[in-house]
Formats: sequence, C-alpha cells, structure tokens
Amino acid sequence: MGKGMVVIDVDRCKGCGLCVHVCPVGILALSPDTFNAKGYHPVIVTDMEKCTGCASCATICPDVVFTVYRKKRQPRAVPVPA
Amino acid sequence: MTVAVKIPEDMELIYEYPEAMTTTYTHYCPGCPHGIVHRLVAEVIDELGIREKCIGVAPVGCSVMIYKYLNVDFVEAAHGRAPAMATGLKRTNPDKIVFTYQGDGDIAAIGIAEALHAANRGELISTVFINNAIYGMTGGQMAPTTLPGMVTTSTPFGRDVRLAGYPVPMSELLAQVEGAVYVTRQMATDLVSIRKTKKAIKRAFMVQLAGLGYSSVEVLSSCSTNWNMGPWEALEWVKEKMIPYFPLGTFKMTDEVKALKVK
Amino acid sequence: MAKELLKGNVAFAEAAVRNGLQAYFGYPITPQSEALEHLSGRMLELDRVFLQAESEVAAINMVYGAACSGVRVMTSTSGPGFSLMTEGLSYIAGSEIPAVVINMMRGGPGLGNIQPSQADYFLMVKTAGHGDFHPIVLAPSSVQEIIDMVGLAFELAEKYRTLVYIAGDGAIGQMMESAELPPMQEVRQERPAWATTGAQGREPNLINSLYLGAKALEEVNLRLQKKLAEIKAHEIRWQEYETEDADLLLVAYGTVGRICTSVMREARKQGLKVGLLRPQTLWPFPEERIHELAGQVRGMLVTEMSAGQMLEDVERSAAGKCPVKFYGRMGGVVPMVDEILAEVQKLDEEVSR
Ligand SMILES: Cc1ncc(C[n+]2csc(CCOP(=O)(O)OP(=O)(O)O)c2C)c(N)n1
Ligand code: SF4
Ligand code: SF4
Repeated sequence: MGKGMVVIDVDRCKGCGLCVHVCPVGILALSPDTFNAKGYHPVIVTDMEKCTGCASCATICPDVVFTVYRKKRQPRAVPVPA
Repeated sequence: MTVAVKIPEDMELIYEYPEAMTTTYTHYCPGCPHGIVHRLVAEVIDELGIREKCIGVAPVGCSVMIYKYLNVDFVEAAHGRAPAMATGLKRTNPDKIVFTYQGDGDIAAIGIAEALHAANRGELISTVFINNAIYGMTGGQMAPTTLPGMVTTSTPFGRDVRLAGYPVPMSELLAQVEGAVYVTRQMATDLVSIRKTKKAIKRAFMVQLAGLGYSSVEVLSSCSTNWNMGPWEALEWVKEKMIPYFPLGTFKMTDEVKALKVK
Repeated sequence: MAKELLKGNVAFAEAAVRNGLQAYFGYPITPQSEALEHLSGRMLELDRVFLQAESEVAAINMVYGAACSGVRVMTSTSGPGFSLMTEGLSYIAGSEIPAVVINMMRGGPGLGNIQPSQADYFLMVKTAGHGDFHPIVLAPSSVQEIIDMVGLAFELAEKYRTLVYIAGDGAIGQMMESAELPPMQEVRQERPAWATTGAQGREPNLINSLYLGAKALEEVNLRLQKKLAEIKAHEIRWQEYETEDADLLLVAYGTVGRICTSVMREARKQGLKVGLLRPQTLWPFPEERIHELAGQVRGMLVTEMSAGQMLEDVERSAAGKCPVKFYGRMGGVVPMVDEILAEVQKLDEEVSR
C-alpha cells in the first residue's frame, strides 16, 4: 500500500474526465470498456500504490465520487533535550 | 455502488462526502461546475456547523433543483427573485443563515433590480452565483454575460454589442453599493481556483454570521454542453476567454470583513 | 373598543397590526399609500418587520419569502402594482402558503387615474396569475367591513394555506367614517411545521412549485382543486337586503353595493319591490343563491364601476332564468343613486312589457 488511497463511488461518476486531468501522479483513467449504472465510462485507478492521498480528484469532481485516505504521519522521534 | 473496501489501520480520512449534501444524483451534465460549487457550499456549511440554521433560496436556471442536493431547508424562487425572497425570509428569521444560489441570467438580467436593491439595503444574506456566459437551462441562448462575438442559440452571428449591449459586470456593479460589504469574483476551473472559491464562499457566510452586510461570490464557470466543448476544454476556455471580460478579484471588502479569520 | 373616525387605508392597516401582522412589504401607490405610511411607523414601533420594497415585483416576492417562514404577512397595492404582483401570486398559490394581498382598485387601463374603480375584477378573480388557481377574494363596502375582513383574511389564509385578496377600491381607502378596530392581539410566536426556518432536529423542509413530471403536477393540481372545492363549499359570503318579497334584484359589491342600498330604498319609496344582493366573497361567488333568486325575480340589474366584469358571473349564475341587465361607469366615475335608480325603472318597464 502506498501513501494514500481513494474509494470510488462508481455509479455517481459521469465520466467527465476532470479528475483524470488533475491527478498529479496520473493514476486515474476512464474505464475504456466498462459502463456504470448510468451508462458512463467511469473513472478507475490504474495504480493505487502511487496514490499520495492529495485529494485533488475530490477537489475537482463535480459529483462527489471520491473518498480519500492518507497514511497517518508517524510521530517523529523527538530528540531528548540535553 | 460503493464496493466495500477495507481501509488499512494506518490510513486516516482526508476527504469524505459532505453532511450538508444529500446523496441524490445530480441532473447536471458531466463536468458541470454547478456540481463543484454545490459541493463547496455544502463543505462550508459543514465546516461552519450551520446546517440546521440554513435556509437556501433556489433560482430558476440549471440549478433550479439545488434543493434536492443540499441537505438544508429550501424555497424555490421565481426567475430572478431569489434576493427578494431571501429578504422576506431573513427579515422574519434574523437568527438564521439565508443564502441565494443563482445563475448569471437569474441575477444579472431578470433579477438585477432585486439583487442590487438587496445588496444596497445591506440585507444579511449571502449570494453565490454562477457565471457561465449563457442560459444553460433553456438551451444556450445569450445571457447578459455572453461575450461579444460569442455564438449562442439566440445570437447565431455572434453577440453584436450594438444590438445586444455588453457583458454585464455584475460583481463590479454590486460592489458600488454601500450595503454590500464583500463582493468577489472567483472561478472554479482548477484546483487552486476551486480552493479559493471555497474560501470566498466561507468568508461570505461568515460575513452573514457576523451580521456585517450583504456578501456575494461570483464564480466563473463553464457550460460545456451549450458551448459545444469537452468539460476540460470548457474550463480552459473560461480562463482564456472569460477572464479578459470578467477579471478575477475582490471588488469590495470592508475592514471588518478583512478582519474575519477564514481558515 | 370605542368607535372612532377612521380613514379606510389607515383602518385596514391598523386592523392588520392588531390581528398580529408580523411582516409587511409594499411599494407606494395611490390610492392606498396611507396604509404603507401607517405601517412604516407602527410596525417598527412594535419591533415587527416593515420594508418599502424597490417594486411590487420585489414586494410580493418578499411576502413569498416571509410567508415561507410561516409568519402573518401582507402587502397592499392598487391596479398597476397588482399587475406586477401576479407573478409572485402564482408562485405563492403553487406553493400553497398563506398570504394576504389588498388591492384598492383605481381607474385603468394603463396608468389610468387614482379615482375609485372595480375594473380589476377579472384580474383578481379570474386570472390573478398563470396556472389553475383561485385566491379567496373578499369585497368590503365600508371602513368597518374592511377592518373585519382583514381578520377574516388572515384566518382563511392560514386555515386553507391559501392566498386571500381584499378587493377594495379607492373610495373605501380614502373615505373617513366611524368604525371600531379590533383589540390588540398577541403576535403568534410559534411557526407552523411546514415552514422553512432551518432544519433544526428535523428533516429539511422544501417550499416549492416546481414539479417536472406531468403526473406529479397533475396530482398537485388535483389536490389544489380539492381544496378550492372545500373553500367553495364553506366560505361563500354575501349580504341580502329586502329580498323576501323582491321581484327586481340589484347585484353589486363594494362601494357600488353600498350605493345600491340607497337605490333600493328610493325604489321601494316609489313602490318598486327591489331587493339587493351584495357579494362579500367574489371568489367563491354566491352562485346558488343568485340562481335561486333568478327564479324568484322578474329581472336583475348588475351595477359596477367597470364595463361589466362581475356581470359575467351573475349571468352565469342566473343561467337564463331571468333577464340580467347592466349599468356601469368607468374611468373612476362613481355612479350616483339617481342614475342607477333610472336603470332600475327602465328594467322594471322592460320586464313588465
Ligand atoms: C419569468 C421567466 N422567464 C423565463 C423563464 C425561462 N428560463 C428558465 S431558466 C432561464 C435562464 C437561466 O439562465 P442562468 O440564470 O444563466 O442559469 P443557467 O441555466 O445558465 O445555470 C430562463 C430564461 C422562466 N422560468 N421564468
Ligand atoms: S471528476 Fe468525478 S465525475 Fe468526472 S470522471 Fe472523475 S470521478 Fe467521474
Ligand atoms: S447545460 Fe451547462 S450549466 Fe446546465 S448542467 Fe449542463 S453544463 Fe451545466
């Protein structure tokens, strides 16, 4: 598992492609050969490992398709004050 | 259909469906920024914790059914009359948050009088309006905001300013009146502008919460269906073609509004 | 409460205040501006809502908004303003919320003049806005009656969640006479469950007149018609004078109805058995009673300050059972007793032949 992950509500997607344009790691695509219940080619994630959890897709999606998760920050070791 | 997925323990939730939004599937065309701006309004309502205090006024235009998508009390106004209705609602519910959501035709053509007067009275309401340079709902006719030369279904030879006048600079007009304390023009075309738009909407609602005066956020937007473009191309077109006529910026922000801390 | 000398416009405005009016929105127009002026001070003194709108279009939509929050709200205007309000009125009717609108009719068409008239009968009773609906229309003939009708208007509007109009005219608005105002009522604090007041601890409320499906909208219309039928069954009001033995009947409302009481008295002095029916509701209309009387009398005379608008409803109600004649003055001219009396005599001769 990478730094982030998205959960897609497939049937809300209208296949507009806006998220595909803004994903900084280029892992979103419109499914070329499947349709969702509304008859659109929905968005798919081609490589979840690369997801950074930046929520760019959720920021632009007009149909609130994405739920976004990101790895919790590990508490860094704090040097003990002398 | 959401496939049940197991979220690993070490992941935290970054973005989830706003509470102020219903799960009703919208009727908007694919890629229509109305959906984005609805979501921003819902996020703002959630973040300010005012869902149970809000009363929305729906316009006539593509967003006529916004009441199906936001999880708050709503009334449906006649075309252009949302600010008058909002006035009646706010005056009789002074402790509630009343907002109008309008289109450019709704606010800058048929409803320009109601909008300017509500602003001038400093009604404690907030307006969010979408400027997509066209009448979306009725099939792409000329709007008051249509660009010179732009072809629409009612300007087949392009908008001739000698016949049809010039694009109406609604935000600039609103900013002229004393009662308007916060008037800004944003756009919803890319990640940065969407975040800025959200911040502007939040400020507008906070202006109302603080009882400072009338606030308005214009959002430059696209209508790929009636512009005959793909959704992404349409957003690029907004930046390239609309901004020269509708420069982004905040046209009015009183010191009190500036002092609001918008997170 | 004691009687006092009151001007019609001030009287109905104050009556509204005492009936717990919570919000008023209006735009100045003669001959009813005194109402707006009175309320501009009174409402603010009492910490209630008063707003002079930028137009009647805005005023009625403010009324619409306030009505959505479930408060007692009203506006008042005259012909040209009423024309502008028809848009909002249709939306209010479609949303089934209560509101009261007072039209002190003046001479038309166009800018016309500011003299009394009854030429907005069709506008108020028949058209009133796009779509299938009927407001309840009350028609007062004196200052006392308009005072009483304001209370009734709120009551009916709220009972049926419907629009109620008061069809006054410039004469009633401008006239000073002795009348008694109702006692001051408490303003109702609670809001009805359907009102849009913020969805606190409940599902969101929606007030709307948009139904995209034909079936769905037909259902709304059927429900609306059912309600109107119920109103028709219970709320028809009129006054009769000396109809028991009448063989000629005057039918008139408002100011003209009042003038006709004198006409009737004069005619009786001359030995004519004249009665008078004065509709107090123009919608629903006293059809059945007029139909009955049409079987009793030899003829009817309808008198209006118009070219003959209520006339159509009287003819429809009489349904050919007796001759129905008309006498009208227009442009703000108020018909005199003598003129109408002459018409009654003419009618008497015609039907005796
Ligand atoms: C009084 C009235 N006139 C005309 C219409 C038809 N109409 C519906 S929406 C609309 C234009 C809306 O355009 P805009 O406000 O720009 O919103 P958009 O649809 O582009 O989001 C018109 C003219 C109407 N409903 N009511
Ligand atoms: S932005 Fe939303 S609706 Fe458009 S393709 Fe991506 S997920 Fe689908
Ligand atoms: S017609 Fe235009 S404004 Fe309306 S939903 Fe479609 S893209 Fe959006």
